[in-house]
Amino acid sequence: MTTASTEPTASGPLSTRGRRRGGGGRERLVRWSFVLPVVVFLLLFFCYPIVRNLMMSFQEWTVASFYEAGSPFVGLDNYVDVVTDPVFGTAVLNTVLFTVGSLLFQFVLGLGLAAFFQRHFPLSGVLRGLLLLPWLLPLVVSGAVFRWIYDEGFGVLNQLLLGLHLVGDPIPWLSSTDHALPAAIIANIWVGVPFNLVILYSGLQAVPTSLYEAAALDGAGPWQRFRKITLPLLRPVIAIVLMLGLIYTLKVFDLIMILTGGGPANATETLTTWSFALSFEEFDFGEGAAVGNILIAVALVFALLYLRSIRDSFRREGES
Amino acid sequence: MPTAQRVTNTAVGVVLVLVFLAPVYWMINVSLQSSAALLRTPPAWFPADPTWSGYAEAVRTQGDNLLTSLVIALGTVVFTLLLSAPAAYALARFRLRGTLALVLVVLLVQMVPGIVMANSLYPVFSQLGLLDSYVGMILADSTLTVPFAVLILRTFMSGVPKELIEAGYVDGAGQWRTFGSVVVPVCRNALITAGLFSFLFAWADFLFAVSFTTGNTLQPITVGIYRFVGNQTTNWNGVMATAVLASIPAAILLLTAQRYVAAGITGGGVKD
Repeated sequence: MTTASTEPTASGPLSTRGRRRGGGGRERLVRWSFVLPVVVFLLLFFCYPIVRNLMMSFQEWTVASFYEAGSPFVGLDNYVDVVTDPVFGTAVLNTVLFTVGSLLFQFVLGLGLAAFFQRHFPLSGVLRGLLLLPWLLPLVVSGAVFRWIYDEGFGVLNQLLLGLHLVGDPIPWLSSTDHALPAAIIANIWVGVPFNLVILYSGLQAVPTSLYEAAALDGAGPWQRFRKITLPLLRPVIAIVLMLGLIYTLKVFDLIMILTGGGPANATETLTTWSFALSFEEFDFGEGAAVGNILIAVALVFALLYLRSIRDSFRREGES
Repeated sequence: MPTAQRVTNTAVGVVLVLVFLAPVYWMINVSLQSSAALLRTPPAWFPADPTWSGYAEAVRTQGDNLLTSLVIALGTVVFTLLLSAPAAYALARFRLRGTLALVLVVLLVQMVPGIVMANSLYPVFSQLGLLDSYVGMILADSTLTVPFAVLILRTFMSGVPKELIEAGYVDGAGQWRTFGSVVVPVCRNALITAGLFSFLFAWADFLFAVSFTTGNTLQPITVGIYRFVGNQTTNWNGVMATAVLASIPAAILLLTAQRYVAAGITGGGVKD
């Protein structure tokens, strides 16, 4: 749990300071040999793909491009085609709704559960551990389970709702354009709650209990204590959980693919699934790359915000 | 806290867990019923008359895919640890120019959408004959695991007592010898954690699996389930039995290494 702490840990990198300068060239080479493989890996499997993807987005790709060396430069054509495609607006809107809907409920449920498990009762550790299961399951598994739960005729959800007389007719969860996106969001909320729970729980752990005791003595009620103590002190952790959640949610692919494949009629198409469809179903890797780059741009904005929010901890480390 | 309140809390906690894990229960329940029983309404809430036919079908149709994923996941674990452990140690211990920048890069690359990698690596893999290959899948899945493993191992390794490492030098061992004989044994738990998570990430990968395999010779289990579900004449007890089998690594991880799981979830992204 120490890694989850939001407190600065005492164990910064205790470098062998004395021998740092004395090592000489050979020693420095030996030290670099520890990181070199990862650096090469990062160059080959992150830097190269990003640059290549940028290039591809300015080229015209077809199935034939893989056999002859034919992927001519077409300037901004791919971007123009993508942005003027009617699916673009749908995909952007779905991405925003999917992301905001998922994050909001994941966060509220995660925070509620984290606050509840703060109480430390018998079995609280075990129960909290069990709640992590949805996060550990392969998304394809969760998606398959929800697909059967959502089944219109035989799914347990409709059977429950009908049995309790909450609905008169079975709801076509995944086959109607009105319900498919909410259904996908609900499944994704289920997947994401544990992540929020874990990080927010460790954040709550770091709030000194003496503050609550002092506030209680001053006559502050639970809600006031939450608003005046918990929320302000939890702010950095909240920022991190929301930004990481956002970056992860933008990437969600597996769950939507197995639930709906982006359908019906693009009702659950997000930028990620659309990019995949353009490349791997229509074999237009140029347009797929263009949509992918738009995703990178969005993720980058939030990644920089994320880095800014953890900058202080790095600065501390840099000085240590 | 009074005893009554503690008991109430536990009871509420148990109910919360039961409600939250209901989909997992449903997966197991459905996997144990016959396909005919699944078409009854209302559904059977308990597998009163359990049958293993779903599991028989799962093993028959998806057994090869489970093995394929096992090989890919194990390969990814080995490759990831070989690459990440020395780097994590260097980033935690050595004051090299640019290490802090490298840590930031590792943090940032985790945020690159996988679809971008799939898109741009596809032509390369196609040219190099890495489609439908274990090597290709292991390399692709390592993009999910290496940054994570570097970050989490670095956190653990910066906690190794300096005296232990100094003792290694005093014995006259070089950096690599010290790393192998002192650091690796001391960090065994951290390496296991990073390895378990790497296994899980590679095992669960779907995007690279569906992008880089055609299903002709090699089909990871996630793609197997995807095509299984997409089949019109799907036997849902078979799908759910496959899903249960595909969940075994996650269950093992939770049961055996629960205290590391929280560290794993946060270790990659949040470090003090």
